[in-house]
Amino acid sequence: MTSPALAEAPAPVVPVGPAPRRRRDGAARRWRRLVSPVVLVVGWEAAARAGLLSPEKLPAPSAVLATGWRLARDGTLAVHLVDSLTRAALGLLIGGGLALVLGAAAGLLRLGDDLVDPPVQMARMLPHLGLVPLLIVWVGIGESLKITLVALGAFFPIYFNTYAGIRDIDERLVEAARTCGLGPAARLRHVVLPGALPALFLGLRLAIGAAWLSLVVGEQVNAQTGVGFLMMEAREFSQTDVVVLGLLIYALLGLLSDLALRYAERRTLTWRRGLRAT
Amino acid sequence: MATRTAGDLTRPVLTAHGVARAFGPTVVLAGVDLAIAAGETVALLGGSGSGKSTLLRVLAGLDDEATGEHVLHGTAAVVFQEHRLLPWKRVADNVALGLAGPGVGVRVDRALAEVGLADRGRAWPAELSGGQAQRVAVARALVREPDLLLLDEPFGALDALTRLRMQGLLRRLRAEHGFAALLVTHDVEEALLLADRVLLLDDGVIAEEVPVDLGPAPRPDDPALGALRRRLLDRLGVPTA
Repeated sequence: MTSPALAEAPAPVVPVGPAPRRRRDGAARRWRRLVSPVVLVVGWEAAARAGLLSPEKLPAPSAVLATGWRLARDGTLAVHLVDSLTRAALGLLIGGGLALVLGAAAGLLRLGDDLVDPPVQMARMLPHLGLVPLLIVWVGIGESLKITLVALGAFFPIYFNTYAGIRDIDERLVEAARTCGLGPAARLRHVVLPGALPALFLGLRLAIGAAWLSLVVGEQVNAQTGVGFLMMEAREFSQTDVVVLGLLIYALLGLLSDLALRYAERRTLTWRRGLRAT
Repeated sequence: MATRTAGDLTRPVLTAHGVARAFGPTVVLAGVDLAIAAGETVALLGGSGSGKSTLLRVLAGLDDEATGEHVLHGTAAVVFQEHRLLPWKRVADNVALGLAGPGVGVRVDRALAEVGLADRGRAWPAELSGGQAQRVAVARALVREPDLLLLDEPFGALDALTRLRMQGLLRRLRAEHGFAALLVTHDVEEALLLADRVLLLDDGVIAEEVPVDLGPAPRPDDPALGALRRRLLDRLGVPTA
């Protein structure tokens, strides 16, 4: 089989020519794409040191990192981070689990579709972060509020992608599995689940993004721990370096979870790369 | 080599009686009767939209809304026009789909070897050519050792050369395994080259039955084949110059 790189090459006369060159171009571009972020950070640091930025408004990156190091060493950071992660994990588990069950019911069963889908479609229009006042009345301002918010944020992406993932499965494949003697349970395992998996991964990625967002909002309501609390407390004492540190942590958490999920996706969905692999 | 005589219908592998199917007001099948003897190859010929594929789906048990009765004595396997391999399973796992017990691996390997793909068991379906994928679909049917193979225009989507090779493969496999086959096709030539008997589906019923008696390996330039072809094309409403 010819590789796609060769197939696209403008001059296939020299078959080995274009590939290394393209690789060199790719490497050069990667380095070039690093230039502007580095310039921005260096400029920020220089501006802070030169006194152009007041430390109350925006402390230097080195100061933020130093604060991070200090909080990490005395254990404060770990406590807050663990609490935030616990909330995110619990909320994701509850909201995602519920979404998976309801999405599968609506996707697989006509009765489930008729009963479950209409209310979910209606609720989808509500911005879930706007529910905070109502949720405070319902579940109070404690831990359950944060977890409920995360669960709500995670529910919708997973529900809709489960539903769509199941509905998009090629009916002809299900039929072929039937002629091979697969019963409903075996069809679910061998056809429906793997067929819906790409959509499930997409749903999970969106859900994790929504979970962090919900956490940012939730932890600003009467929290005693968590990264959000750390930031709110720091703001009251004008510790801008801690506020910026919190933002950095949120960004890193989002980045790390996305990378982990992408890695898991690559491992599980090898068959999708089949075309490119040869 | 199996003989190409019309099968013994006292020992049918499939009988159907009064099979009917309508989609809304459109009647596609209006009471089809047919029987297929063990080891016999029957071609089901008809114009597009004549209901050939609908009939095959009914006989394969994939249509719950058809009426009439059909009885299968033994097991059946289906090869569709598209290969319908699960893209997330490797070739060998696709062939083994729904099989359990010891010796499945050996059976799968043997089936893949029979279609000439012994070395592609670890490949993903997306890595195969159209003809290779269709051969895997044939292996997936074959590994079940069916008494009846239901083929729904199995070579329709392949290029002419690959189609000829696949026809040869099917003939060889049938000679070795002795399964009966119902071949749905719109290709008169293919029907005559492969079948012991041709059924013509028209207006929702079997309009004509033509025994093909051309010897064990008919050649495309056999004059008897030419006469049969003209007769069938006439019947299908294709003017032959």
